[in-house]
Amino acid sequence: MSGAPVATPPDRAGEAAGNPIFEARNVSLRFGGVRALTEVSFHINKGELFSIIGPNGAGKTSMVNCISGRYRPTEGRVFFKGKDITDMTPNHRASLGIGRTFQNLALFGHMTVLDNIMVGRHHLLKNNFLTGALYWFTGARQEELAHRREVEEIIDFLEIQHVRKATAGTLSYGLRKRVELARAVALKPDLILLDEPMAGMNLEEKEDMARYIVDLNEEWGMTVVMIEHDMGVVMDISHRVMVLDFGRKIAEGSPEEVLADPRVRTAYLGEEDETDDVQQEVA
Amino acid sequence: MNFELLFQLLINGVIVGALYGVVAMSFVLIYKASRIVNFAQGEFLLIGAWTCWWLLTSWQLPFWIGFPITLAFMMAFGILLQVVVLRPMIGEPIISVIMVTIGLSIVFQALMKWIFGVFAKPFPPIFASQTMSIFGLDVQTVYIASLVVSLLIMAGFGWFFKYSKMGLAMRATAFDQQVAQSLGISVRQVFAMSWAISAMVSAVAGVVVGVVNGVSSALSFFGIKVFPAVILGGLDSVVGAVLGGLIVGLLENFAHFIDSQWLNWGNMYEIAPFYVLIIILMIKPYGLFGTKDIERV
Ligand SMILES: Nc1ncnc2c1ncn2[C@@H]1O[C@H](COP(=O)(O)OP(=O)(O)OP(=O)(O)O)[C@@H](O)[C@H]1O
Ligand SMILES: [Mg+2]
Repeated sequence: MSGAPVATPPDRAGEAAGNPIFEARNVSLRFGGVRALTEVSFHINKGELFSIIGPNGAGKTSMVNCISGRYRPTEGRVFFKGKDITDMTPNHRASLGIGRTFQNLALFGHMTVLDNIMVGRHHLLKNNFLTGALYWFTGARQEELAHRREVEEIIDFLEIQHVRKATAGTLSYGLRKRVELARAVALKPDLILLDEPMAGMNLEEKEDMARYIVDLNEEWGMTVVMIEHDMGVVMDISHRVMVLDFGRKIAEGSPEEVLADPRVRTAYLGEEDETDDVQQEVA
Repeated sequence: MNFELLFQLLINGVIVGALYGVVAMSFVLIYKASRIVNFAQGEFLLIGAWTCWWLLTSWQLPFWIGFPITLAFMMAFGILLQVVVLRPMIGEPIISVIMVTIGLSIVFQALMKWIFGVFAKPFPPIFASQTMSIFGLDVQTVYIASLVVSLLIMAGFGWFFKYSKMGLAMRATAFDQQVAQSLGISVRQVFAMSWAISAMVSAVAGVVVGVVNGVSSALSFFGIKVFPAVILGGLDSVVGAVLGGLIVGLLENFAHFIDSQWLNWGNMYEIAPFYVLIIILMIKPYGLFGTKDIERV
């Protein structure tokens, strides 16, 4: 890509410099005539909190889908921990350590919160259909107890103890977002992809969510990729930011660098309604 | 009114209905996981029963060895069927997939007649005593066994979906395949597993009916009885399938009673469930327990 400032990571991610956990090389994605992504290259360092921003329809979700495997790039390759994962199924990528949440809440609405989170443990549970039938003899029970403990830890962390037995579909929006995050965390991912984790939340809920995300990154050691429209939060907690516009990368760097970039300003100013959003959110 | 006959028929209805429920559950399992309406469900009973019969008669295996082998075979058969025939159909229109399962049903039906002939063949006796006494009533052991097996399978299903890894994965996949995949669930594996379990469970029902009535192609009628049962219960509800099965079983026998006592039209046994089905669908178009937004096919 032409001249996007490839930043030296800021202090907080300093120790992780030059140790990419994920890399995209010249990724393009087309849907018929629609160019969702055009030759996007970037990398994410291990331990980083990396944000992807851009106007509506810029290709942010498409990029995340290319990482998680929901979409396969039309051109270009993607690498995770140095391995080419372009041809791998989403479930294979998940078991390698890529977890995600969805822009439109995607909880299993008819299941309990606990069951939702247990589904996230799928690739960690050894007990399969056959050994499961021999529950008491195969140590499946021991295994389950260990899982329960870890799951309880996640539940405590995200402060959803009081709803653990509730049916997920009955919860408030903010709580559901938290349960969805818990389910993704249950996978024990090394890289977690959060598609607009704060969309539709009130200020207090947003602050909570920002705190969880920072803790996941700092305490739980997860590398985080976040798509978010709230510039205030993005600039506050990200180590590095990538800006997409019409499917192209137009900037990448520390929050300050990106904010100062004239192309970023034009991208946002170019869309009238978007401008209002950004100003409101920054305010 | 002949109360003794009525009582007898109601008991009959529960026993047969529980079996319908079991077959309906295994039908719903496939539908829930992969949205495939399996018109070859009845042939699973047929194949399972003939396999077990063959192992017990031609190979002279005792039941406790022949039966598990039958289950293992049906599991492999279900997986093979899904992988070879139905996996390539993913993404094809629903009607094409339905035509394929109808085709399978016809092929299996013919194949079984070709291999085993057209006449009913009895199972070698499995229980030491033919009847047992319950509350002073003499009841055929096979009927009790049939009911017990049905209940065990139902409890097994409940346990499986609530606590097992694969059961949770199946529920997740039924709800949203993309999301399930993002959580590390192999949707292909879930599809194959749903066919494997469905084939196994249907085979159990097939063996039970075979032990009671002998094995013949009449067994595959269960595949047709399943439709009023699952549509009553809602195509995508496992609990609904069980209740639907029980209702159909009771209805048949009740209709038979009314017919034999007063109407004397004959054949009410066969068609009554379908009449009631139509009436219920007029009142509750999604079945008694079905989800509102599912497709009617
Ligand atoms: N499955 C799809 N089929 C066709 N077009 C698609 C598909 N997914 C995305 N697109 C198109 O690709 C472009 C980028 O969409 P994408 O969802 O990645 O944007 P986004 O940056 O996440 O936007 P938003 O902020 O609204 O979530 C859009 O023009 C969109 O219509
Ligand atoms: Mg998006």
